[in-house]
Amino acid sequence: MVSSRVEGSRLTVALAGVWNSETAGAIEAKVRSLVAEGGTPGAVTLDFSQVTRLDTLGGALVRAIEEGFSSRGVPVERTGLAGAAQTIYAEVAEGLAEPAPPRPAPKPGYVQALDKVGEQMLDAKGDLVALVAFFGQVVLAAGSIFTGKGRFRLAAVVTQLDRVAFRAVPIMFLITFVIGAIIAQQGIFFFRAFGADTYVVDLVAILTLREIGVLIVSIMVAGRTGSAFTAELGSMKMREEIDALSVMGLNPVEVLVLPRLIALVVGLPLLTIIGDLSALAGGAVVAQIYGNIPIDIFLQRIQEEVAHRHVWVGLAKAPFMALIIGLVACVEGLRVQGSAESLGMQTTASVVKAIFMVIVVDALFAVFFASLGY
Amino acid sequence: MAQDVIISARDVVVGFGDRLIINGLDLDVYRGEVLGVVGGSGTGKSVLTRCIIGLVPKRAGKIHVFGQDLDEADDDGHRAIERRWGVLFQHGALFSSLTVKQNIQVPLREYLKLSEPLMDEIARLKIAMVGLRPDAADKYPSELSGGMIKRAALARALALDPEIVFLDEPTSGLDPIGAGEFDTLIRTLRDTLGLTVYMVTHDLDSLARICDRIAALAEGKVIATGTMADMVRHPHPWLRSYFGGERARSAGIKG
Repeated sequence: MVSSRVEGSRLTVALAGVWNSETAGAIEAKVRSLVAEGGTPGAVTLDFSQVTRLDTLGGALVRAIEEGFSSRGVPVERTGLAGAAQTIYAEVAEGLAEPAPPRPAPKPGYVQALDKVGEQMLDAKGDLVALVAFFGQVVLAAGSIFTGKGRFRLAAVVTQLDRVAFRAVPIMFLITFVIGAIIAQQGIFFFRAFGADTYVVDLVAILTLREIGVLIVSIMVAGRTGSAFTAELGSMKMREEIDALSVMGLNPVEVLVLPRLIALVVGLPLLTIIGDLSALAGGAVVAQIYGNIPIDIFLQRIQEEVAHRHVWVGLAKAPFMALIIGLVACVEGLRVQGSAESLGMQTTASVVKAIFMVIVVDALFAVFFASLGY
Repeated sequence: MAQDVIISARDVVVGFGDRLIINGLDLDVYRGEVLGVVGGSGTGKSVLTRCIIGLVPKRAGKIHVFGQDLDEADDDGHRAIERRWGVLFQHGALFSSLTVKQNIQVPLREYLKLSEPLMDEIARLKIAMVGLRPDAADKYPSELSGGMIKRAALARALALDPEIVFLDEPTSGLDPIGAGEFDTLIRTLRDTLGLTVYMVTHDLDSLARICDRIAALAEGKVIATGTMADMVRHPHPWLRSYFGGERARSAGIKG
């Protein structure tokens, strides 16, 4: 493979056998130790005469020996190079002739950590600015419909409504039914200790109508529809379809984003109504089984004790949640760059940000309605 | 040129559903040659290529690569054969989430145990060999032009110093100057590295400039093989219109 002998001040490196991609792994360690232990002889001769095969990977290894010595100022000669090996080695030597571009030294750990924090802060600010700017574009596009410059795309809205709301009904029904049942069950165990079983009706009704119904539905929609919006717009962006729309004189926000947003703003309150009803149904079933509260008593108590305002508080939040989910999903979709990885990253970001913002906004609403005393 | 057969296909049949794309095809590829495969749209040029490299199953026939039957090779045998060929897909098929350097190093990491500095050197060498600038190493495929993507994909195909490279329409989508440069590059690499090149192409310029032999596909078979002169003289109507047309004349092919 590789051996060396010293003759006076000259080091002769004899290369032998096969130097190709199959053997490169085995030879590399020997080459490294030869270069490390070779010191600084007066001159080095590379003897290729025993090499039976040489490819560019083997060539790169030989080149590493040459580099190792010549960087210490030792002149290197080659002998015995002929035929195909000569052509290939000439190609390797030419390809690697230009020195490797210097690599920036890695920054110390604490600087990298601070860098990351700084980048994240700037990203967060960028996100907020992008969201507000995008909301502006949406308002402009919506305005252009009223002034007659834009077109209201009813067919697109109906298609999106079908996907966003109608097809989501079964899953929303199931999830909220189970949530209502769980709340009722826990409530019964708690209130029974005080002999106040029937208060479970108030608990289930007020909690689901005000908070849980709209929250669960919004989170489901963010996961189900928000991710789909981001992926659709993102893959259209990747394939330049959005650019194609622009150069045809169409506003992508008006054509693609507005129908989706309208469908969400209409669809999410409808889903919330379904969610509220099925959560109450879940609560009623569990109240009957665990708490021996008949359905008619359950309904009567809701009518007597639960004010209408709880329904309105819950429903009033739904369009805002829809707007947040839709805006975040579309902004993230339009930010997708060329790669498949970027599409995945933006879809994840869309769902995470939408759910986060839905919960934060729900908390703000809670504070708002509490201070109104409503 | 030594007539050493590196790929041989015999009585190959490939079909989808009840439609046979390739029906009883025979083809030999000799070591060290540049073979151009031509044919009209839908005659199965790409299907044949994908069949030889094992991406499309065949219904009948035998394909030998490096003298080994691909059907009889086990998993290790397949891996051993696969590291001896490189494939340049039509649109490059670079991994979009990796840089050019990382793309070239994928096969190196997969098959060889080499140190990071050596792999960086090899990537640098391959990048220089295919004529890309050194600063292309750390770019992502989405930052490259069409010609650069083809070159980077060729560098990846050449990472393990294969004996055969399959090129699927290497010059499609390149401007005439870029296509000419790419042809020259392929020829140079063939001469220096002793590659065998199997090239599917529509580009009459490439066929005339760099192919040693041409195989023409029609009706599910190879209807003719031979040099450009043989093609021009062939009586088959498709070959007459392909090599005798206006575009052929402008590529300097004399009928």
